[in-house]
Formats: sequence, C-alpha cells, structure tokens
Amino acid sequence: MKKVISTPISDETLKDIHAGDVIYLDGHIVTCRDVAHRRLIEYGREIPVDLAGGAIFHAGPIVRKKDEDHYEMVSIGPTTSMRMEKFEKEFIKQTGVKLIVGKGGMGADTVEGCMNYKAIHCVFPAGCAVLAATEVEEIENAEWMDLGMPETLWVCRVKEFGPLIVSIDTHGGNLFESNKIIFNEKKDKQFEEISKKLKFIK
Amino acid sequence: MDIEKQKSEMTDTIAKFIKYFGKILPDDIQKKLKELAEQEESPMAKLTYDTMFKNQELARDLDRPSCQDTGVIQFFAKVGTKFPLIDHLEEIFTNAVLKATKEAPLRHNSVQTFDEYNTGTNVGYRTPSINYEIIPNSDEINLDIYMAGGGCTLPGKAMVLMPGEGYEGATKFILDQMTSYGLNACPPLLVGVGIATSVETAAVLSKKALMRPLGSHNPNPKAAMMEEELEKSINAIGLGPQGFSGANSVMGVHIENAARHPSTIGIAVNTGCWSHRRGNIIFHPDLSYEITSHKEVVL
Repeated sequence: MKKVISTPISDETLKDIHAGDVIYLDGHIVTCRDVAHRRLIEYGREIPVDLAGGAIFHAGPIVRKKDEDHYEMVSIGPTTSMRMEKFEKEFIKQTGVKLIVGKGGMGADTVEGCMNYKAIHCVFPAGCAVLAATEVEEIENAEWMDLGMPETLWVCRVKEFGPLIVSIDTHGGNLFESNKIIFNEKKDKQFEEISKKLKFIK
Repeated sequence: MDIEKQKSEMTDTIAKFIKYFGKILPDDIQKKLKELAEQEESPMAKLTYDTMFKNQELARDLDRPSCQDTGVIQFFAKVGTKFPLIDHLEEIFTNAVLKATKEAPLRHNSVQTFDEYNTGTNVGYRTPSINYEIIPNSDEINLDIYMAGGGCTLPGKAMVLMPGEGYEGATKFILDQMTSYGLNACPPLLVGVGIATSVETAAVLSKKALMRPLGSHNPNPKAAMMEEELEKSINAIGLGPQGFSGANSVMGVHIENAARHPSTIGIAVNTGCWSHRRGNIIFHPDLSYEITSHKEVVL
C-alpha cells in the first residue's frame, strides 16, 4: 500500500519514516533552488512563502502561461540537491520546512539539520519530469519571478506526488552516504584489477 | 530555391528534430535501458526503472519534453566544404534553438556570465555551443545535436597527468568521478573519456565520445579494450538506476583519443545521463535528410 503524507507535516509523522522508504505527498510543494537559498541565507531576504510544516522541491520546471494569471506545469523534475548543501541546514532552521525533495544525496550538515529540526530529504526519480508534472494539480502562486523560469518559487498543489525515496531521515540515516561507502570499497577492488591490464606505457 | 527559403527550411527541420528528441530517446538508448532494467532484482531499482519508462510514455503521449532540464543545446557539426548553406550555419542553428524553445517548450537555460541574468530565450553569448569539423569536398553536413543537462554536466572534469601515472592514473581519475559526482548525475550513465595532450583537447574529445552510438568502439584495439574493461569495472561498482545501487552503473564507456606530448597525458571525463537526448541528422545539398539516431521519426 502507498504511504502518503500530507502538508502541513508534523514531527510525529516523520518519526516512523526511514532512509530507503518510499512515500508520496498530498498538499503543497514549492520549488526552491540555488538563488532562493542564497537570498535567504546570505542576504537575509525572507522567503515570500510560508514553509513551516511545508515541502520544497529542488527543481527548475518548464511552465507555460495559460492566461494572464495562470500557469500550467509542463515538465518538472528534481535538480542536484548537493548544490544546496551549504545552505540547507540553516534553511531548515529558519523556515521550518519538513520535506525536501531533490536529486542525489546531501551531506553531513543537512543530516544534522534534519535531526535537529526534524525534516527529511527525499529523491524523486530524476529525468521523470512529465510524470511529476501530471502529479501537480495546479500552480497556485508564483513568487520571485525576477529569477526567471527555473528559479521562480512555484507553489504547486500536488496529489500523490512521488515516488519519493527517502534519502535522509530524522534519525541520522543517509541512504546515499551508506551506499557511497559500499561503492568506494568496490571501486578500490576494481581499480586493483583493471590497472594491471592497462600498462600501455612500458 | 532562393537562399532565404533554404535557410528557413533547414531551420524548421532542425527545430522540429530538437523538439522530437527532447521527448523520445534515441533507439540505442531505449534498447539499452530495457536490457539493463531486466537485469535488476531489487524492488527499488525496479520501481525506478518502471518510473522512468512510465515517464517516457507520458512524454510521448502528452507531447512534452521528457525531462525538465532540456539543457544547453550543443551542435557537433561535420561540415562538407561544398555544403550550400555553409556560410549561414550559426544563424540557422541559433534560430532553430529559438524556435524549438518556444514551441516545445524548452527550459530557458542560458544565463549570461558576469552579468548573471537568464536571457529567457535559451540563446546567449556563444550559446548554443557549436563545434565544427571540416569535411573536404563533401556537399553534406552531419550534425549531432545534444541537450546537455546540468546534472550530467556537473561530473565533467579534466586534468593533465604526468606520464609516470600512466593509463592507470587516468583510470583512477575516471573511477573517482563515478563514485563522487557520477552518483548524482542520473545513472545509468554514458561515460565519455578523452585521452590527449592537454585539458581542452581531452575535454572536447570526451564530449564527442558521448555522440557515438552505443555499442560502437574506438578503432584502436587497446583503447577498445580499455572501454570494455572500464565498462565492466564501473558496472561492478553497482551504482544502479539513480545511484540507489543495483546490478549496473553505465550504458557504456566511450573513449576518444589523440596523440600526446611526451611529457603529458591529458585526460577528461564527461557523462551523459540515462535520458541521453542526442539526435543525429545528415542533410544532403538539396536539404533532404536522414536521421540515424531515431529510425521511426517523422518530422
């Protein structure tokens, strides 16, 4: 059965979610990436959307204007979350965001932020942007449009948005970091073997 | 046909083709992804491949770009010196990008450096990026067009090794990129490697390597052997789809090479994501064309 969580998300809901779980989201998610993070953390500009208990999506979508005030979500998929690593812990603290969706893993600071302020990081399978767009019911609002289409804060109402693979939980679990240890061990072994075969300079 | 009409015909064809391969993956990539998906056993890897295939179906049915990051558009042109529109190529490519961007629609991915604003058109100073090779006495043009997304552009790296580090050093350089940046670049990846004399010679070759069809090999038997060995090794690391771990890591490894200075080995790596949106089109002098990357395409 699908595990679906809804915004606003409580700390209680996140307690039973662990790295490696698959969840879906009902409610609202706001696109928020490089420059929006920088504006809040480095320039102290308040995010013009209330994110307490909410969800952000590291994503820069393609949207199409329907009429003067309405936009249609054409294609939306996650972007590399690691780019937001230097800001995310402080971002979680200041905004009270509970769910961060993106691509690939995040680092030690985000893990600490997720533990201290109760939040999780999830991965939406990347490159699956049309699927994600069909799970957006409506773009309800747009802020900071001066940043251009990819960086605007698009406030999306979503239904069963996912699959979201939990990469960082509130207990210190980090799926990608645990995988990386295994990958690096395997890599070292592979290097030993392959380098014997590539002695072309004699 | 007068020159303006010819320019507009070629522009339209390229724009339509860009729109098409932004939603439909090349035949070789589709086939390879199916093969790799069949080898997966973990529920997470299977769910991921299922999600990817479902997305490609939706992109086709809803006529939308399959990934929101439609990249910076790059052109790799092998231009015959007798191709009738040789004087107008940059204008044609640029207009084709502008047109495809409006109609597809493609994401606006051109940020002017230093002035740091998005042009909002997908075209900017020196973009789309164009690379020319001259083919003497030919009257055709062979074009590889590629959507270079941000995620799979990030792992790109080049450096110059001392010969003492050898091909072993080059291999370590490549493997290290796979487990650090490659993980986040949407595996299964296509890995392009350039081995030459300096950073720029190696880097250009590493990107050209990504334009080769899957299953092709470097004509040098030793380089071809290194391609196969690297593919086996990187697969054995088991990055799996999206880096969640799994049976494989890559769709292939392609190496392009050039001779080197005795004192240096230039090495570069570039990656293509699973959504490897590449199109190959060959225009004849009358602007009739063949598309080799997508056999069933009707523009």
